[in-house]
Amino acid sequence: MILLQLFLSYLKIGFFGFGGGYAMLSLIQNEVVVQHAWMSNAQFADIVAVSQITPGPIAINSATYVGYTVGLQAGGTLWGLLGSAIATFAVCLPSLTLMILVARFFMKLKGNRIVEGAMRGMRPAVIGMIAAAALLLIFPHNAAPGEENFIDNRSWALFAAALLGSWRKVNPILMIALSAVAGIVIYRIL
Amino acid sequence: MPGLRTIFLSFFRIGLFTFGGGYAMLPLIERELIVKRNWIDRTEFLDLLTLAQSVPGPIAVNTSVFVGYRMRGLRGAAAALLGTVLPSFAIILAIALFFAGIRENPTVDAAFKGMRPVVVALIIGPVISLSRGMHPALYAVIAASAVAVWHLRWSPVYVLAAAAACGIAYELFIEKKRLR
Repeated sequence: MILLQLFLSYLKIGFFGFGGGYAMLSLIQNEVVVQHAWMSNAQFADIVAVSQITPGPIAINSATYVGYTVGLQAGGTLWGLLGSAIATFAVCLPSLTLMILVARFFMKLKGNRIVEGAMRGMRPAVIGMIAAAALLLIFPHNAAPGEENFIDNRSWALFAAALLGSWRKVNPILMIALSAVAGIVIYRIL
Repeated sequence: MPGLRTIFLSFFRIGLFTFGGGYAMLPLIERELIVKRNWIDRTEFLDLLTLAQSVPGPIAVNTSVFVGYRMRGLRGAAAALLGTVLPSFAIILAIALFFAGIRENPTVDAAFKGMRPVVVALIIGPVISLSRGMHPALYAVIAASAVAVWHLRWSPVYVLAAAAACGIAYELFIEKKRLR
C-alpha cells in the first residue's frame, strides 16, 4: 500500500516537474513532507545536500533516497530496496513516455513552418534560461546562511579559472575533480 | 550507428559526473555527444534542449531519452535512460545504506565549497558557445528570457510559449514577405 503511494507520488512529481532540477524541488517537498509526512523538513534538507554532493539529477536522487527511507520504515531493508526502485522508476516514467512521443512527433513535423518557427523562437530563449539558472546560483533569491555558492573572493577566483578552462575546452569532469581538490586545500588545509 | 552498449556507456559517464543536476550536465553532454561522438550537431542540440525543457521531468532524463531514441529507437531510449539513472541510483542507495553522516565531514564540505563556483562557471560555458554565430538581434531575446526567469521569476513554460509565438509570427509573416 505504501509502495503504491510512493509510486503515485513520484509519478506526479515526474509529470508536473516542468523546468527540471531546482524547479522540481518544491514539488518534491510538497509530496514528501507536506502531503505524506514521510520525512521532516530537516531530513528533506539533508537529501538536498546529499544530492548536491552526489552526481545525478536531484529528482532521481530524492526518489531513490525517499523510496529507500519509506520502504525501510514500512518493512526493513528489502522493502527499502524495493521502495527506492519503485520511486526511481515512477519519477522517470512520465519523462520516458512524453519524450518518446515528442521525439516521434518532432521527427515527422520537422520541416513544417510552424514547428520551425516555434523552434527558431525558442532557441535563444533556452540559452537565456540556462543563463538564468547560472544567475540564480550566483545571486539566490533567498538562500539560508552557508547555502550560498559564492562565499568569498576565492570562490570567484575558482569561478574565473573554470570559465577560462571552459573557454579553452578543458574536460569539465577534470575541472570538477580539480575544484574538489582545490576546495579541500583552500578551506580545510590552509 | 552506435551500439546499445556505447549509448549506455556514454550516458553512464554523463550520469556519473553530473554534479549539481540539470544544467550542470550540459557541458558534459556537449562534449560527449557533439565534440567526441558527433551524434548530434549544435542546432539539433538546442532543439533538443528546448524540447527537454518543454516536457516535464529532469532535463538529464529527457535529454537521454530523446538522444537514445534518435539513435536506436525504443531500445536506445531505454539504454540511455538506464545509463543516466544507474550511477545516481547506485550511489544514493549506497549512501542511504552506509554513509549517512558524510555531509558533516569537514573535508567533504570543503571539497563542495570548491566545486560550487566551478559548477556555475561550467553552466555559463554553453551559454557562450551556443550563442556564438547567432544573429545579434537574438542576443536581446537571450537577455530578456534570462531576466524574465531569473529576476522576474516567470515560469519557464510561459517564457518558452511566448518565444515560440514570436518565432512562429516571424516565420509566417516576416520571412514570407522576404521570400516574395
